[in-house]
This record gives sequence, structure tokens and C-alpha cells, in this order.
Amino acid sequence: MPGGANSLRGGPDARGRFGIFGGQFVAETLMPLVLELDAAYEAAKADPAFRRELDYYLRDYVGRPSPLWFARRLTEELGGARIYMKREELNHTGSHKLNNVMGQILLARRMGRTRIVAETGAGQHGVATATVCALFGMTCVIYMGATDVERQKPNVFRMRLLGAEVVPVTAGAGTLKDAMNEAMRDWVTNVRDTYFLVGTVAGPHPYPQMVRDFQSVIGEETRAQMHEAEGRLPDVVVAAIGGGSNAMGIFHPFLDEPSVRLIGVEAAGRGLDSGETAASILRGRPGVLHGNRTYLLQDADGQIDEAHSISAGLDYPGIGPEHAWLHDIGRVEYVGATDDDALAAFQLCTRTEGIIPALESAHAVAHAARIAPALSPETLLVVNISGRGDKDIFTVAAHLGVTL
Amino acid sequence: MSRIARRFAALKAQGRGALIPYLQACDPDCETSLALLRAMPGAGADLIEIGVPFSDPSADGPIIQAAARRGLKAGSSMARVLDMVARFRAEDDETPIVLMGYLNPIEAYGPARFCADAARAGVDGLIVVDLPPEEADLLEGAAAAHGLDIIRLVAPTTVGDRLGLVCGHASGFIYYVSITGVTGTRTASTEELAAALPLLRAATGLPVAIGFGIRTPEQAAAAVRVADAAVVASALIATLEGTLDAEGRATGETLPRVLAQLRALAEAVRGARG
Repeated sequence: MPGGANSLRGGPDARGRFGIFGGQFVAETLMPLVLELDAAYEAAKADPAFRRELDYYLRDYVGRPSPLWFARRLTEELGGARIYMKREELNHTGSHKLNNVMGQILLARRMGRTRIVAETGAGQHGVATATVCALFGMTCVIYMGATDVERQKPNVFRMRLLGAEVVPVTAGAGTLKDAMNEAMRDWVTNVRDTYFLVGTVAGPHPYPQMVRDFQSVIGEETRAQMHEAEGRLPDVVVAAIGGGSNAMGIFHPFLDEPSVRLIGVEAAGRGLDSGETAASILRGRPGVLHGNRTYLLQDADGQIDEAHSISAGLDYPGIGPEHAWLHDIGRVEYVGATDDDALAAFQLCTRTEGIIPALESAHAVAHAARIAPALSPETLLVVNISGRGDKDIFTVAAHLGVTL
Repeated sequence: MSRIARRFAALKAQGRGALIPYLQACDPDCETSLALLRAMPGAGADLIEIGVPFSDPSADGPIIQAAARRGLKAGSSMARVLDMVARFRAEDDETPIVLMGYLNPIEAYGPARFCADAARAGVDGLIVVDLPPEEADLLEGAAAAHGLDIIRLVAPTTVGDRLGLVCGHASGFIYYVSITGVTGTRTASTEELAAALPLLRAATGLPVAIGFGIRTPEQAAAAVRVADAAVVASALIATLEGTLDAEGRATGETLPRVLAQLRALAEAVRGARG
């Protein structure tokens, strides 16, 4: 059971830590707010009315449960493991992000906040946030790196249509890390009416835990659906990792099942040793950024490196602290897939299954395709399709030399 | 008695408040920055705060972010910042030096080794923006072992029992962040300060410095009428930035202009309670 003796699901501890990772490393102005949020979240969790309200919105607005699809053609093409796809891209707004955003917006309403700020990379979290702000009539400000504003134009347009103010951030390389800094600056300035709606399992406690809890619906459903389809647990679960929210959501309900092999796929960018990568676990070391201790891409002097990935959503030099811990204790395997691997998998998935995956999810598909042929036909492999790839067609077209 | 305690005691005896100017290490280059540091006491600095450049200064406004970028581009590192303090200390054994920055560069250096080397270089106190009291055990032991003060930020959101908790983890002085916001933006009103200070005084016997948003001599003077010190950062860095050439290099105007502004601030602070 979650949190029981010998469970890997009970974290974080009272100080918001998973082993040495996590914690609350924020400026004093924000510290009282983080503590207030922790208390508000604990109260909400204990309130059956909050759960009922969230379940209602997840079912009738988000569109849950999302299907677990047996990918017959991909399985035949690769030979080997039976590949299933958890179809988070079918959620309203096209990604898993809405699961978490729906939980947090209901919490923000309980806390009496009227203004929402968020950071976004690819724009999936930004679109999800702008959507619930439209739904509940809240003011919405989305910080997005200027580079990402450029490469994710469709999502920027969607956010603006939804009534959000999208603020391009020009500091640094203009990507997700810089958007995160700017969102924190906004929060520090507007503490009294503003709720910071974090999109991944990172940031100061309680965000990593809270976002994980809201995303765990993915793994809970996968468990039940796999039982229905095959009468047993899956053998392998594969998910892409940027900050790590879709992966934590699908992994968490399986952490206490030693027979289930869990694999997180980091964005290796142009190659793990190219110096242009977003693989924080494989090429980083522990440090403190954005409110938590975790694996970070950084230089010898503790300056944070710019990450690189073809996928704006994975282009982050850190990772959620619970992943950092799961890596250190060896419960989850972390591997890399390059930009080229992801592009190939993007096309493979599209052609064989008629499912255009987000470039983020294509990293997971790439690793699934890499290992599936060597696995037995009895092996049940689930790959999390965390988002749809419509937003990425411009990036993909450019890489394929096609002018749209 | 530490340099910081000695300096505040001396100022108290003179019946005046302190001016604490800020500079970012290696902004716009390491030599200019050291020259500025050396000239600051002569221009009226009572204590000096040195910003340690960090790639992701999430509580700083655009002016200090830009200064940090210039410092990093010019080759700043923790070792160079400490070397800069040691070279200053060889000539000035009186003016307290406080380093302000973020945790990760300290972690990368190693907290224990950092405290030892900082104390040896002549650093007196540390302000670590993203290290709240809840996480401070990481640094407190090593800092105490080497006689370094951990100066704590107190914000307008620090209320109730938390004020006592934060002050209980502080030494040297309390840095009152007078606004909710990043550095160099708005300025707290006299009424806001007048309301906040008695609460702080009740919670701590340490001297109180007011920072964030103090730009003019008048504002600095107003701050030391209610508190023990005024910190001026972004306004001085904006002046420095305004003297740089098109390539961002220091010019003949850089030092004179920043020091002239510092003298005007110091004069106002010295005359504030007269």
C-alpha cells in the first residue's frame, strides 16, 4: 500500500525530501507561501469533496480514463514484446499536463487565489494552464523562453486565444529554465494574490509530491487496464523524462512491484557526450536549483548549463527530485535517446499506428523500439504517449527538409 | 568581536546609520571590479556586499541579472571572488565584507571548504538567497566554525512565529527585504517601513539593514532613520552599466561615476539623523 512499510511510494519525508533530494530552497519571501501551500494541499487531500470535484473534472472535462491501446502494427514491425500505448495524448488539450493542472487550479481556488502564473517549455503545460484559467475565469500569465515561443508558435497562439498573457523570456538561452526563473520572479513580486502553477515534478516541496499525486492517475489506470487486457501487471514501462511528470505519473503506482521494470528516457540531444544534451541524470550531478536539490547539468563552479533537446518540453537542465532518488537507489533505469532517435520514432509511430506522438513522447517510443525486438513475445511493454505531436510538425518538417 | 559587530558598534557610538553598497564580482571585468571595491570605503561605504555571479539568479531583477552575466562572461568563479576579497583585505582590515549569492556555487565548491576559504580570504558574512532556515544546517556549522555570520533575509511575508524562527538563525545583522519582489524594482513607502521595523526590533537585537528598492540619497537617508543600515545595489549597478562602451567594457567614466553616486548616498546617510 502507498506509504506502508517497505514502500517506495511513501516519500517525501517531513522535510520534503526523497533521500538527499528535494527540499525547500527558496527565497524568504516565498517560504511562507510554500509552507501555506503544503498545508492547503494536505487539507485538500483529506477532504473527500476535493477528490469528488477533481474526479468530476477529470472524467467530464479532461476525458479520463485515457485508453490503453495495443499497438499491433508496431509490435509486428519490431517483433518481440507486446507494445501497449497509454494514450495521454487523447486528453483535452492533447497531453498529460491537464491531469495536474486540473488538480492545482482547484487547489488555487480553495486558497482564494485569483491570478495564476506558470512556466512552459513546449507549451503543453502553458496550454493546459491557460485552458483551466479560461474554464474558471482566472487571470493567467505564462512565461515561455523566447526561443520556445518561436519554435512552438501553434501553442503560443492557442494560449493567447484562451485569454492568457504569454510573456517571452529573453534571459539565458530563452528556454524552459529561463521561463522558470521568470515565473519565480513574478511569484516573489505578486505573492499575495498569485498561485504558481508548476508543470512538473520539480520545484520546492510540496510541488514534486503534489504533481506526482495528480499524475499518478496515469499509472493507476494503466494497472487496471493491463489487468483487464492481459490479466496481469506489465513487465516494462517506458516514459520520456524532462522534468519527469508523465514518467512519475505512470511509474509511481508500480514502484512497489519489483517485477515491473521502469525505464525513464532522457533527451540525449545531439548525443550524451556531445555537450548538447538535456540528460540531467546521465550527465549531471546533484545541486540546487529552482527550489530543490536534484541532478543538474552544471559546470565545475556550480553554474547551470543550458540544456539542448529537439523537444522544447525536455529542454531542461534538471529533473524532479524523486527521479533523482529512484536513480540513486536503482529502482528506475534512466537511459537516453537522441534528437535523431526521437525523429525516427516520431515517424515510425505515426506510420505504423496512425498516432502522431509529441517529440517528448517520441523519445520514449525510440527506446521502446530499441529494446522490444530483443524481448520475448510474452513481455508486456507499456510506453506512455504523453502528448500529441501536432505542435511539433513544424520542427519535424524543418529537420526533414520540408517547407510547410 | 567580528568585524561586522565592531563596525555596527562604532557607528552606534557615532549615532549614525551605515551605508552598504553592493557590487557584482567581475562586473564588467575582474580588475575594474577590484578597483571599485578598493575605492568604496574611501567614498563612504561602511560595509560592502559583493554579489557572487550565478547563472540563474531567480530573486534578482534585470539589472543584477545583467551584472551577473557580465561577471560570468568576464571569468568570475568562486575562487576568483575569494581572491578578490583577499586582495582587498590585504589593504583594508576594517571594512566588513559580505558575500551574497545562491546556494549552488557554494555546494559545488563544497560548503565546509568554502567557509574555511572565505574566512581565510577575509569574508565576514554570507547571504544565501535560496537557503531558508529550514535548510540552513547545510551551512550553519561550517560558518560558525570559521566565524562567518549568516545574515538572514526577512521579507514582508515573514510574519508571526516565523519572524522569531528566521531571526533565531541569524547573526551579524538582519537584512530586511523591504518589498515583495525582485531587486531593483519598487521602493517601500515610509509607512510600510515604519510598520515593519518595530516588529523586527521586537524579534531581534541584531542590527537591521533595509534593502531592495533603495535608489536615491533621500531613500537611503529615510531607511537609516528607522533602521541601522541601507543597502544600495541596483542603482549603483545601473550607473556602472551606463558608463560601459558598446562592447560592454569599462571606460574612464566607470569608476568616477559610480563613486560619485556612492559619495552622495554616503553623505545623505551620514546627515540623516542630524
